[in-house]
Amino acid sequence: TTLFRSPATVSKPVGGDKNGGTRMVKLRKMPRYYPTEDVPRKLLSHGKKPFCQHRRKLRPSITPGTVLILLNGRHRGKRVVFLKQLASGLLLATGPLVLNRIPLRRAHQKFVIATSTKIDISTVKIPKHLNDSYFKKKKLRKPKHQEGEIFDTEKEKYELTEQRKEDQKMVDSQLLPLIKKEPQLRGYLRSTFSLSNGVYPHKLVF
Amino acid sequence: TTLFRSFCSRTATMVFKRYVQIGRVAYISFGPHAGKLVAIVDVIDQNRALVDGPCSGVKRQAMPFKCMQLTDFVLKFPHSARQKCVRKAWEKENVNDKWALTRWAKKIDAKDKKSKMTDFDRYRVMKAKKMRNKIIKHEMKKLQKESSKKA
Repeated sequence: TTLFRSPATVSKPVGGDKNGGTRMVKLRKMPRYYPTEDVPRKLLSHGKKPFCQHRRKLRPSITPGTVLILLNGRHRGKRVVFLKQLASGLLLATGPLVLNRIPLRRAHQKFVIATSTKIDISTVKIPKHLNDSYFKKKKLRKPKHQEGEIFDTEKEKYELTEQRKEDQKMVDSQLLPLIKKEPQLRGYLRSTFSLSNGVYPHKLVF
Repeated sequence: TTLFRSFCSRTATMVFKRYVQIGRVAYISFGPHAGKLVAIVDVIDQNRALVDGPCSGVKRQAMPFKCMQLTDFVLKFPHSARQKCVRKAWEKENVNDKWALTRWAKKIDAKDKKSKMTDFDRYRVMKAKKMRNKIIKHEMKKLQKESSKKA
């Protein structure tokens, strides 16, 4: 006994004399076109996302309120409080300014040591306008004049704006009482990290 | 000079002070049971001993002498005594508390704490040492001044 399958053919009437009145017509026909490749070719840009769509990772040892040690830049060796990770993946951190002269600044995750010292930052409100475009270096490029005339760019020196000062004050005023609560934390943030004889970073517990 | 002394008068100064004996408490220096105390229950052959540490979490087993470091404590039980007897002797002598008071155990503890210091701890230690040294120097200078005045 065969299992019932839906009928594969159907008989349709056909006109014409001496044609044999019906034809058996297949209901599921074979494809009329076969593509030569089994899977369509992927674009050359397949899997390559633009920077803005990259997946940002954050080391689990870095959480808001962690004290970080900066390893590069003019503030190398200084200890800094981590606030949040920005959309570009860089870390937003602040000195605070009164303790070690580090303003609200971005740091790269790879060039930072995360210590196990953490401050509870849940009550600190960081203004929303502090994002990557706020911190990005400004470049004025409109050399409609000849190249020989202008060789120094218009904004070589960094100028402190009032907005930066205000934002710094707003964030630091919330942070400083939290830092003052923990004994010796102020002095710790003021000090710098350095290696000396017999100190091996791979053996240290941060 | 100590070797010469021990040749001359064997009874006065012995080269070795701690012996492998039944009941000797040993500290395990490496291996899966590193850092624990055990009592030697019996000697199996030249390299191994039957060892038991009922109050330190070491099951009765054979252990090579190489990983054992003898302590000053000796318990009293007969050879091949069962764990219950070893435990009774251990608790009677109160080995765990006596061990914690020894300098050896305190040094182990200090080394352990030092290796676990975080960056913040290191800063605090530095500040504490600085404060202590300042006080010591101050007192030293005072004493030096007094003695130089007398002279």
